[in-house]
Amino acid sequence: MTDSMLIYKIILCVIVFAVSLGAAAYMTWGERKLAAWLQDRVGPNRAGPLGLLQPIADGIKMIFKEEMIPTHSNRWLFILGPCFFMLCACMTGVVIPWGAGWEAGGTIFPMQVTDINIGLLYLLGVVSIGVYGVMIGGWASNNKYSLLGALRASSQMISYEVAMGLALIALVMMTGTLSLKEIVAQQDQGLAFVVYQPLGFIIFIICAFAETNRAPFDLPECESELVGGYHTEYSSMKLGFFLFAEYINMFISSAIMASLYFGGYNFPFQHELGLDGNVLTIVQTAFFFGKIFIFIFVFMWVRWTLPRFRYDQLMNLGWKVLLPLAIANIIITGFVMLFMGKLG
Amino acid sequence: MMQLTNRSMQVAKKELTFMERLYFPAIIKGMIITLSHLFKRKATIKYPDQVRELSAVYRGQHVLKRDEAGAERCTACGLCAVACPAEAITMESAERKKGEESLYREEKYAKIYEINMLRCIFCGLCEEACPKEAIFLTDRIVPSSFTRGEEVFGKDKLVEGIDLRVDVTKRQTQEVLSFKTDKKHYHNQTFLDKKK
Repeated sequence: MTDSMLIYKIILCVIVFAVSLGAAAYMTWGERKLAAWLQDRVGPNRAGPLGLLQPIADGIKMIFKEEMIPTHSNRWLFILGPCFFMLCACMTGVVIPWGAGWEAGGTIFPMQVTDINIGLLYLLGVVSIGVYGVMIGGWASNNKYSLLGALRASSQMISYEVAMGLALIALVMMTGTLSLKEIVAQQDQGLAFVVYQPLGFIIFIICAFAETNRAPFDLPECESELVGGYHTEYSSMKLGFFLFAEYINMFISSAIMASLYFGGYNFPFQHELGLDGNVLTIVQTAFFFGKIFIFIFVFMWVRWTLPRFRYDQLMNLGWKVLLPLAIANIIITGFVMLFMGKLG
Repeated sequence: MMQLTNRSMQVAKKELTFMERLYFPAIIKGMIITLSHLFKRKATIKYPDQVRELSAVYRGQHVLKRDEAGAERCTACGLCAVACPAEAITMESAERKKGEESLYREEKYAKIYEINMLRCIFCGLCEEACPKEAIFLTDRIVPSSFTRGEEVFGKDKLVEGIDLRVDVTKRQTQEVLSFKTDKKHYHNQTFLDKKK
């Protein structure tokens, strides 16, 4: 790796970090605005035009609020929980290809921090580790509500991780690679993979809702049953980290869905436009963010439409519906590949 | 049974069909409903920036009127306090001294006049009872406060300023004025009848 590439990667790292944090901050604003609009209300409009400074005001409020660590809690684990959750949320952004790449001075600078050949596996791994933050936080709080929330989070994560992984296996069978860059590049020409894998996509999006603890799967933190779930005892910025990391997770899973099933940064007729390489990259990145935005909208839209599942319904859906469907999807994909002669 | 709306439906407990058990059609239906609300007109009025239009006879914060010369009209007869169904009005009367003719219109005046805005139901009966055209309800909204004590309005808040007159002509519609004159005739008649 040359020096210029190293500096570029460090800058890109910082940009990806900043963008995911900024996006998460403005998603809190977007969520409140959308919730208000869907309920015929106006939403935050006091801080700045259209309430656009609201996330900054919220952030300042969170930081300056009083820190409370319960005396009966495990102090180290209590602090570790939100840090860990936040760390895992921020780690996922590195393997996502945000654009094709820059060309400057004969070298191509890819719009991806690292293209590891097991990118998809890395994503699944980091996302699964993320639940440890919730588990540690809930356990360390030494509170029945927190513990129940943490238990629910972990069991939900295990149940839906299985179906999610199996849904992805069908996609991996088609593409023959685990690298996200490759998967996106394969959608350069032709149709997006959602056309070939509609069932896989539906399973994946349902699992993504469950993995990010969003409604209708927000059982780990349901206010009406468990006070606040795993973050009952948390206050100040530690609570902010939990809430913030959830929004980052949502942003990243929207990006993953967009790149795996909706062509990532590719857009229709991109080569017919006759754009120059670097200009094309900018347009592609804009399209990618547009796709992410649509998925985030769907996340929020669903949250303000559907009521929460009952716990047994959640488990039924995970194990008795999604898992068999995912396996059936693999078998169907296999047969189709066999008859189409695509089997390597 | 009387029907209040035509939207009631017969409920039957039956096995769900396959399509119903998929839930997707119902979910999509629900999501379309919420999406349609995205484009609906908002019910909110952004209050301090945007003031709701009040009706001409809106009954808000009271005012104790002064006459054209600037003397207080109230004579502390207590009819408003008697008429008040919420018992929100209390007053203490005093006799006018020499040299105070420019301050008080009648020989007796209200030394203390208090309306408890937490008790008041803004019915306007005090206004109807007043024989001196002294108390009126206005279209001003009673401001909120942090303590209960602040909501008991004394004369300092109720009496209009000499230079800051409160316009109550909107309240004095033709019906109100004719009612007031009728009331005077009625009172006078009974008074005369009693004399006979």
